[in-house]
Amino acid sequence: MGPFVPELISDQLNLIVALLIGIAFGFVLEQAGFSSSRRLAGVFYGYDFTVLRVFFTAAVTAMSGSLLLAYFGYLDLQSVYVNPTWLIPAIVGGVIMGFGFIIGGYCPGTSVCAAAIGKIDAMFFIGGGILGVFAFGELYPLYHTFYESTALGPIKVFDSLGISQGLFAFILIAVAVGAFTITTIIEKRANKSSAPSLEFKLLKHKIAGAGIIMLGVMFVFMPSRQAHLTEKVQSASYGASHSVKIISPDDLAYRIIDKENGVQVVDMRLPEQFSALALPGSVNVQLKDLFGKELTPILSDRRVVKVVIGQNEDDSKTAAFLLQELGYENVAMLQGGLENFQHTILMPKIAITGSRWDVDVNNFRTNASTTISQMIANAKNKQPKIAKQEKKIQGGC
Amino acid sequence: MKTKYMNPYLAGFFLGLVLLAAIFVTGRGLGASGAIKSIVIAAVDGVAPAHAEQSLFYGSYVGAGKDNPLKSWIVFEIAGVLIGGFLSGLISGRLKFVSEGGPRISVRSRWIFAAIGGALFGIGAQFARGCTSGAALTGMAVLSTAGFVTMMAIFGSGYMIAFFFRKLWI
Repeated sequence: MGPFVPELISDQLNLIVALLIGIAFGFVLEQAGFSSSRRLAGVFYGYDFTVLRVFFTAAVTAMSGSLLLAYFGYLDLQSVYVNPTWLIPAIVGGVIMGFGFIIGGYCPGTSVCAAAIGKIDAMFFIGGGILGVFAFGELYPLYHTFYESTALGPIKVFDSLGISQGLFAFILIAVAVGAFTITTIIEKRANKSSAPSLEFKLLKHKIAGAGIIMLGVMFVFMPSRQAHLTEKVQSASYGASHSVKIISPDDLAYRIIDKENGVQVVDMRLPEQFSALALPGSVNVQLKDLFGKELTPILSDRRVVKVVIGQNEDDSKTAAFLLQELGYENVAMLQGGLENFQHTILMPKIAITGSRWDVDVNNFRTNASTTISQMIANAKNKQPKIAKQEKKIQGGC
Repeated sequence: MKTKYMNPYLAGFFLGLVLLAAIFVTGRGLGASGAIKSIVIAAVDGVAPAHAEQSLFYGSYVGAGKDNPLKSWIVFEIAGVLIGGFLSGLISGRLKFVSEGGPRISVRSRWIFAAIGGALFGIGAQFARGCTSGAALTGMAVLSTAGFVTMMAIFGSGYMIAFFFRKLWI
């Protein structure tokens, strides 16, 4: 599951990847005509909308690709760097860049690409850029407070607008296709004989536009991978055709007291439930985090039995099925969930009469209750073990 | 021989695939202004290391135990852009030392305006934590709020002031 940094691709190798991605980036920019300041500036004067077409198509393509890869489990979107928002500085910076675009005729990426083929104005643009960043750095204390203001973190646009991810994807696609249509009309009017869009094959373009709008409609109805898989494993037919190893409370109690190495208790309850009562050696995992790759180190050791615990039987079963569905092996569930473990082991109802077997079981449970309660009390003083780790990918400009 | 530019939608699709590859493989998107920042930091650190270390802006990037700012992802990526742009210009017959601008301004004025525009872009990209590639394009692809805000601010202000600078281009 991607991204492959930092687990599979080392920092050194990542620099080679950066070079290769850069080569492809520069090649495509140049082929698109982004090495020409007159073409770039044309977007603001209506004689050439190449920038808008390339820019929006690229954004829609990369967004759609990411959403599809995430849906099929090939990409962990939670591990992808999302540039954080500093709202007012972003607006002010954007406005200043708008001036830079009109006056300079390039943006930094396109200026590098243009300089590579010999555009002298692009070389001046880069020189100016270096001086601009230098001036910013030298005067930084003057606006340091403003620079750090309105920090909102790595928020996502659909959350900011209060709509679903799929609906936002559809709106973005619809706006892009609408903008393509309108700007083509404007371009032909502004530039009767030499508009780039005069060479478009209209039928092909209409078919492609209809295609991506259909993709957008699909995004609206495409559930998240989490919702889709959870619904799948909770269905009656899935339960009838799949099974998971079941561990009884007594069995688990024995393994906990024995401090068996080959067992990892995975507690899927809410963090507050976990901090109130955590079994010895257990880790707390939230359902939504299962779908990323951050938990892979804990869950992927085949030699270790992952004993999944929910509050009750159904929660435990759903979580255990999900782990299996996600490809993890050697998964088991605690019979009856933590509720059952509490009734059976931690607070057992001791019957004094009964068969020899019943008496033995009762003795075991009484001892286990004392021992495990003691272990829980000892572990309480320590830092609780939360499985989710901090993100490691750095990004941004 | 001079060849035509690619159909913009096709070019956009390929650019999107490059961006998607960056996201899928490395977990981060494309960028450009970060490389300029790295060059500035490396230069200041090379000329006046004590000044760089004390600086509020450069301080966190330089000093003992820090990698050379030029040994960063974004600098390698931009080196790639130079190579890729050159190769594309080579095969399409567009390698030429030339300046471009509107029909009504001299080459010298064009250079001055290009430098001023570059400086403004450099400053703006610091406030917005990225430029058209890193903040706007990549930000939009990963559905970051900052990406959309920055994109609308860049193009919004561009359209608002375009009229006043029309002599530069038309």
